[in-house]
Amino acid sequence: MRVFLCVLGRDITLAMRRRTDVLTTLFFFIIVVSLFPLGVGTEKQTLKILGPGVVWVAALLASMLALERLFAADYEDGTLEQMLLSTQPPAVLVLAKVTAHWLLTGLPLVIIAPLVGLQYQLPGNAQWIMMVSLLVGTPVLSLIGAIGAALTLGLRGGGILLSLLILPLYIPVLVYGAGAVTVSMIDLADTQPYLSLLGAFLLLALTLSPLATGAALRIALE
Amino acid sequence: MKIHWFRYSSPATFYDLAGRLIPWFAALALVLTLAGLYWGFFETPDRLGGTNPQKEYYRIIFLHVPAAWLSMWLYLVLAAWSAVGLIFNTRLSYMMAVATAPSGAIFTFIALWTGSFWGRTSWGTWWDWDPRLTSELILLFLYIGYMALHSAIDDTRRADRSAALLALVGLICVPIIFWSINCPDPNQCAALHQRSGLDRVDPNILWAMLVTTLGLWSYSFAAIFARVRGVILSREADTQWVRDLVATEAAP
Repeated sequence: MRVFLCVLGRDITLAMRRRTDVLTTLFFFIIVVSLFPLGVGTEKQTLKILGPGVVWVAALLASMLALERLFAADYEDGTLEQMLLSTQPPAVLVLAKVTAHWLLTGLPLVIIAPLVGLQYQLPGNAQWIMMVSLLVGTPVLSLIGAIGAALTLGLRGGGILLSLLILPLYIPVLVYGAGAVTVSMIDLADTQPYLSLLGAFLLLALTLSPLATGAALRIALE
Repeated sequence: MKIHWFRYSSPATFYDLAGRLIPWFAALALVLTLAGLYWGFFETPDRLGGTNPQKEYYRIIFLHVPAAWLSMWLYLVLAAWSAVGLIFNTRLSYMMAVATAPSGAIFTFIALWTGSFWGRTSWGTWWDWDPRLTSELILLFLYIGYMALHSAIDDTRRADRSAALLALVGLICVPIIFWSINCPDPNQCAALHQRSGLDRVDPNILWAMLVTTLGLWSYSFAAIFARVRGVILSREADTQWVRDLVATEAAP
């Protein structure tokens, strides 16, 4: 646990020294979401239908673009190698780094979500459900993405490759995350199974992804 | 007599074995595929009953269903070889996995392509976000991801192991993806589920399909063995047995 907090604190401190990196992801999200109404028209009904899907796809892309930075800096200066050489289990280190990554890229998206929801004329209830679904869903994105980030560590064209590997695996989260918001506009009571399933994905990803990411890092640093 | 269980896990011996097996599987593939297709095209009823009778165009299933089955089966084969490679650290299993991926991707593509033709005549559209179509498309993405990751890494050992790990992660995710597309609304899963079962297929049609499947399966064996021979040669290029082999091949 102490190791977990130590790595978490270190990563957050490092990121806070370079705040623009964090803000870039956030503004990328806002810009992508703002582009859609300009492309498909600003009719209120269309936007309401598009809204949940667009916000979720933008969250997917934003979280994926930020993934490249997850291990890259530590890999280049050798810190990652030293971490893996230590006696600590790699899964704990990975979990700490992913948590830090989510706090810096996922959580801001959750907080800003109501603002972009306003752009899409989403009603109040749907805003809440969108925040909750993003709160449960974005950690899953970070956890799955970590596997891809570890696999593509230090490769040429890693970013494009990462999207090819990871985006198909994001589909369940997208289906149920956007589904929850869409359903909440019809009947709020129906959203519960969607959110439960997102929670189930989170538990599954929490248990399996750090192990897989640890193994992938060991392969990459051999 | 003592059996050498691991005799053919060495690339050198397996290269030879694969070379001897290829003609057999290739011949079997040709015979079975042609027989199955002939049976399917000429010896089955020219229309299917039901509320929406399908005429001649239903015959695309004799190519479509075998390809779809094999596309899924070959992913299991790919994941199995990857797992064996990661667990026992054997060189040949990775080579088999690498050789399997293109065949699987081809069958996935054929299944999508023929399914699209069938959809055009039957549903009036080339593409529909039907669960089966979508999950097959994702399977194609997984195959492409595997091959892209493998070819992006120059170091063979890392490429093998990274791609193997990806194949296993995909194996865990595929059921989840399949079921999340199959049942987008968790409130009505049971009602939405499409039912199809082998026991409801006319035995005449089913057997024609199975024969074609065996034919295409033999083709996969032949193609994968041919591909793995190439992989073995290029990876073992600096060993003595390959040099000897090249020397004897080159000699008149």
